[in-house]
Amino acid sequence: MDKFIVSSSPHIKDRSRTYRIMLDVIIALMPTAILSVYYFSYVAALIIVTSVSSCVLFEYLFNLIAKKKHSETDLSCVVTGLILALNMPPLKSSILLSIIGAFIAIVVVKMLFGGIGQNIFNPAAAARIFLTASFSSLMTVYVAPFSDGVTSATPLVLVNNGNMPTYLDMFLGKTAGSLGETAAVTLIAGGIYLMIRKVISWEIPVTYIGTVALLSFVFGQDLLFSILAGGLMIGAIYMATDYTTSPMTRSGKFIFAAGLGLMTASIRRFGSNTEGVAYSLLFMNALVPLIDRFTTVKTFGKVKKK
Amino acid sequence: MIKQFKKIKGGVILPHNKGTSEIPSKIMPIPELVEIPMQQHIGAPCETLVKKGDKVYVGQIIGDSKQFVSVPIHSSVSGEVTETRKTMLFNGTVSESVVIKADGLQTILPEISKPDISNKENFLKAVRNCGLTGLGGAGFPAHVKLNTKDRIPEYLIVNAVECEPYITCDYRAIIEDGEEIIKGIKLILDNLSIPKAYIGIEDNKCSGAEKLEKLASEDDRIDVVVLKTKYPQGAEKMLIYALTGKKVPMGGLPIDVGTVVMNVTSVQTLARYCETGIPLISRRMTIDGKGVKERGNYHIVLGTYIKDIFEFCKGDKEKTLKILCGGPMMGMAAKDLDMPVIKQNNALLFMTQEDLDFIEESACIRCGRCIDACPMGLMPLTLNKYALAKMTDELEKYNLMNCIECGACSYVCPAKRHLVQSFRIGKELLKKEKVKNG
Repeated sequence: MDKFIVSSSPHIKDRSRTYRIMLDVIIALMPTAILSVYYFSYVAALIIVTSVSSCVLFEYLFNLIAKKKHSETDLSCVVTGLILALNMPPLKSSILLSIIGAFIAIVVVKMLFGGIGQNIFNPAAAARIFLTASFSSLMTVYVAPFSDGVTSATPLVLVNNGNMPTYLDMFLGKTAGSLGETAAVTLIAGGIYLMIRKVISWEIPVTYIGTVALLSFVFGQDLLFSILAGGLMIGAIYMATDYTTSPMTRSGKFIFAAGLGLMTASIRRFGSNTEGVAYSLLFMNALVPLIDRFTTVKTFGKVKKK
Repeated sequence: MIKQFKKIKGGVILPHNKGTSEIPSKIMPIPELVEIPMQQHIGAPCETLVKKGDKVYVGQIIGDSKQFVSVPIHSSVSGEVTETRKTMLFNGTVSESVVIKADGLQTILPEISKPDISNKENFLKAVRNCGLTGLGGAGFPAHVKLNTKDRIPEYLIVNAVECEPYITCDYRAIIEDGEEIIKGIKLILDNLSIPKAYIGIEDNKCSGAEKLEKLASEDDRIDVVVLKTKYPQGAEKMLIYALTGKKVPMGGLPIDVGTVVMNVTSVQTLARYCETGIPLISRRMTIDGKGVKERGNYHIVLGTYIKDIFEFCKGDKEKTLKILCGGPMMGMAAKDLDMPVIKQNNALLFMTQEDLDFIEESACIRCGRCIDACPMGLMPLTLNKYALAKMTDELEKYNLMNCIECGACSYVCPAKRHLVQSFRIGKELLKKEKVKNG
């Protein structure tokens, strides 16, 4: 008797794949990565290579030791490594620190919670917070582009001294800061690419940046400055939109992003900390299960029980 | 032609693959042997009324039931009953069946005559006697659906959407037998005193829509509505929403919002029965997929074995990996070729490696694409998690029973998770729970 395959419908699937989504994020981040190498020369390149390769290696080793199915090919660890690298200050010490960061991000924050789709906190944001808390002197010192390692204050610090950089410099990333959080232009371009490819939707980035802009206006701060400074762009476009650590529904995304904006603007206004974006991300990440619980979609034809 | 009233939420755009749409339907010769199952519909199975050695005619009732939700089974050939036995259908149902050796003469039962249709009561009786079930794939007895008791529907909705890829039999019915479709619609409108009929058809079948529009122009009760192509617009609840803006309540029926939905081929079959008195004994089926050479639509007598169709259409056993009864989104895979075709089989797709997707499941990344694709406003990724963990309370809370199993979520999932499969298991769990709790 001839036997044929019996399986559940549907029998056809579209061409989307997890690795393809991750590849799109990598493509979107490429201009920023290249720009950082242009600004900060070989140090930036070394940080990126070290961070990405340690993330991949840690995930590989974890799967090997835990006897789990190999998940490195979905490229999500490459994305984490890239975002982590772009969150590091352009110092030689960051090369070593990025290995520690990769361990925290991949092993502690991601894999121990069950791997892709299961982690509660954004791996890169958590790693950055960990590094800042543990090595604060190395993580909060920044160098200006083309300065051969001469340390300088970031715009968010400069503004307190009244030495503001021009908007154009900030837009092009010609200010002190970590590798990738300075150049708004390439980050926005990558964000637009991701929206065209339907990898991310506009809700989170626009609401997040919009809330920060609105609140800084209310607080009497420079509106354009506050959205161009610090890690807001990379945080809003690439980190807050991480599928795993953001809400599933549209209404949930609005709440999540508005909360992020409120947190970031408040930390910048009332706190002394320059890590506003990463802290708000961790805080709101923890609220995602709660937001998900209360923002379910309305099912077709549901009638209220009498 | 009028435009659709509402856009459906969610849904997906599929490759149409309707390569057989412009090939005129052919008639497949009567096979030597047919096997007619007693359960070709949703509801009570029929009792076998013939035994081994009996001579039967075309159109003779060979199985019937006293239950309301059931329709009689007719012989599709003339010949001799060689065996009565149990057989497994493509959907896994085990049913009594009658094997008939055809004499090739196709002698019609002498007593057959046009049904007498003078009032609602004998019209519904005629619908039952026709043996009519939902020919779009659901297989629900038509006389039960049309019997709306004291509730008179506002709209008759004729489903010509055919949103599944590959399938073109409804489209061919419109092109080749459009007149009968309009006749059938009028019959239903007249006898059930329904004031209005909408024919829903998608804009990838323009010539079908034009043809129907021309035929329906003389009767202002009938309107053709052209819908923007989107899967699963042919699902009953979606179609009602697209045409009237009304939402069938969860767990409810179309009649709850004053509508009755009939498949276009069902309507045509009914009209033919009322003209000739010959009940539902054969149907138009789409045969497609790269596993067969002679693709197209064929008139096939019910009870024909899949293997005979496969052979007739020059099938390649080496290449064929899956036999789909129905479309690739909702159709079921038959386990072998030794199964007979029944009333609800609108297509047989012999799929090869090229036609199908075999990708291993990986972890959910919570991208939420399934939520956007779900036309029923469900959260497939959450349901999947709870179904796999067998958490029935949560499944109930997240409205699993509202899932229509259209497969849109599985189709768009980048992790290729087996979402619909887990929902089927979840639904069974919920049903069992309900039985347990009374």
